[in-house]
Amino acid sequence: MLKQTEGSHAVAEAVALCRPEVICAYPISPQTHIVEGVGELVKSGELKNCEFINVESEFAALSVAIGSSAAGARTYTATASQGLLFMAEAVYNVSGLGLPIVMTIGNRAIGAPINIWNDQSDSMALRDAGWIQLFAETNQEAADLHIQAFKLAEAMSLPVMVCMDGFILTHAYERVDIPDQEQVDAFLPPFHPRQVLDPAHPYSIGAMVGPEAFMEVRYLAHAKQLQALKEIPEIAAEFKETFGRESGGLIHCYRTEDAETIVVSLGSVCGTIKDVVDGMRDGGSRIGVVSLCAFRPFPAEALRAVLESRKRVVVLEKCLAPGRGGIVASEVRFALRGMTTPVHTVIAGLGGRPITRPSLVQLFESALRNELEDIHFLDLDWEVINRELKRERESRRSGPTAENILRDLGPGVAKAV
Amino acid sequence: MTEQTAQRVKFYQKGTFTVGNRLIDAKERNVQASMERSNAITSGHRACQGCGEALGARYALDAAMVATEGQLIAANATGCLEVFTTPYPETSWQLPWIHSLFGNAAAVATGVAAAMRVKGREDVRVIAQGGDGGTTDIGFGCLSGMFERNDDVLYICYDNEGYMNTGVQRSSATPPTARTATTMPLGPEPGNVFGTGKFMPEIAMAHRIPYVATASVARLHDLEAKVRKAMSFRGARYLHIYVPCPLGWGTAPNATISIARLAMECGLFPLFEAEHGAFTDSTPIRRKIPVEDYLKPQRRFAHLFRKGRVDVERIARLQAIADANIKRYELLREEEEGV
Repeated sequence: MLKQTEGSHAVAEAVALCRPEVICAYPISPQTHIVEGVGELVKSGELKNCEFINVESEFAALSVAIGSSAAGARTYTATASQGLLFMAEAVYNVSGLGLPIVMTIGNRAIGAPINIWNDQSDSMALRDAGWIQLFAETNQEAADLHIQAFKLAEAMSLPVMVCMDGFILTHAYERVDIPDQEQVDAFLPPFHPRQVLDPAHPYSIGAMVGPEAFMEVRYLAHAKQLQALKEIPEIAAEFKETFGRESGGLIHCYRTEDAETIVVSLGSVCGTIKDVVDGMRDGGSRIGVVSLCAFRPFPAEALRAVLESRKRVVVLEKCLAPGRGGIVASEVRFALRGMTTPVHTVIAGLGGRPITRPSLVQLFESALRNELEDIHFLDLDWEVINRELKRERESRRSGPTAENILRDLGPGVAKAV
Repeated sequence: MTEQTAQRVKFYQKGTFTVGNRLIDAKERNVQASMERSNAITSGHRACQGCGEALGARYALDAAMVATEGQLIAANATGCLEVFTTPYPETSWQLPWIHSLFGNAAAVATGVAAAMRVKGREDVRVIAQGGDGGTTDIGFGCLSGMFERNDDVLYICYDNEGYMNTGVQRSSATPPTARTATTMPLGPEPGNVFGTGKFMPEIAMAHRIPYVATASVARLHDLEAKVRKAMSFRGARYLHIYVPCPLGWGTAPNATISIARLAMECGLFPLFEAEHGAFTDSTPIRRKIPVEDYLKPQRRFAHLFRKGRVDVERIARLQAIADANIKRYELLREEEEGV
């Protein structure tokens, strides 16, 4: 059914349609509306046969999920930012145990300095924790990916993170087509776990594994992710058959056919980039976009097939590996190993800094003129940076950096951004 | 050894100093005396000789298996119990068992209980268990959350007063003056300092959960009875079992039960029960002994008894703690004296 609804609420409804049996949650912005939404559906009786558990921390949220999933219940939780880091130990544990938990990440920056706005540092920090990571471009895709995620997780006995940009998607009201229950039931079979805690067939889960077998166990975790490279497009195809629209899959290509320049990105910013590309195409530039829906497993071959023999690739990412630069760009370079295609890294939108069309036009045009550096920080205020660097040179006790910068900017600037 | 302790050669027909089961009614005999016991933790595990935790866990789980007619699932914190029972491909666990992390056993158990409820299997009960480190320190948040929500879980803490699995370091359950690898008997305050630490059973009581009890491997009938009682309640329950660690405490493997008994008799480890936040009962001390008798056989307290330099002051402070326990938990009662 078509609805004008908030992204978080669309996700809550989509999750409820998947008939989760245990949902545990701890509030953190910008994930709150999602868990409030599913909580309301449980409390009102609309979502039947589901335990909604308010826990005391994100570490507990995912730990409760471990217990319920291991006991054979379809389990869902959601978090963001600091919450994801706080549960990091359990994040690895879930994938190590092979539990098909689905978790939404309302992507948000990581402090310090504390910042509640969107970037993708949180999911990226846990990219190698053994979870499948899917990034939603729109609210429609966010809702759809959850329905696919349960199927994927349970087919693979692997956990899935559905990543959606905090506020930009979670709090945006858009038109979303919410499927009906019969369709979802037809698409998503009941959960039949590979392993379950059952007094009738007792076994031990979570034993210590030493050097004699640990390598093999870890290799299988990798092999499973590689299997998921096949499973993800198959499930997306099946989804299209059932629901009549394209959502998910490994990558989305937009106007790439004859493009000399391809912009690679993930999440909601791809919408803005597409608008910019449309404008530049009108002006005769051969430019296209590839958005990564799957980041783990990394669709290196699918990406290589699209990117090979292009003139240049610009990777725009909302995360930063300090001391290295881009996270996504490094992976794209791996996809293009053996080729000489220049891959530019653009760090953009950290902590909710708007990524505007004029800035993108300027950026892409400089790339087309071969003037873009290897690594570029979009819309960086050099005056602010130089002032702080000067202060640090001049005084040993220069004080806390973030607070110095805010003082330089003066009051009222936050609203103007 | 004081005269009082040395004289304890007197046979009792029942209870603490009993010499056998033969005078007890068949139905009062413990679960371990029955051929029908479940052996929830079966033999062949890798615990040290004289391990109090292995003994306590065996009695606790077999009693819980009887109480639930075998419909039991256990969640385990990281620690000795987890390591010595699962040298895979061997496992001692004869019941469904899950180990996730060090600090989340209570939360994992909450999840298992939720799954059982949603699947209409409320006959299946859930136990979470961990050592004192996994309970009072790293698992404290999850445990408090489980208590506060009154989740249908029995949490059992096997308290050996330190991080034994990692090589005997201090936990918040390590008693004052005790030597551990991180509280060495050096400097002006040798061993663990006074005025620190926490007593989890009373923190559990503050959550007003249905049932809290302490137990000891020195009183195994009592331990089993408390497990059975715990399983008769729904909601969050907490059982804190005192389990000496020969390796960490520097005691003889064959002294585990006698050391546990001395801890009770001097008052340093009180046995009591509480329901919904209020004390309901405590186990009286049969014959009070001075704390020296408990401390002296343990190498972790050896620095208190150096030749010619007995640390009278610190021993007196420990005695004061024991005396305060005796008063607080009413461990010395008129009618019990001289039994």
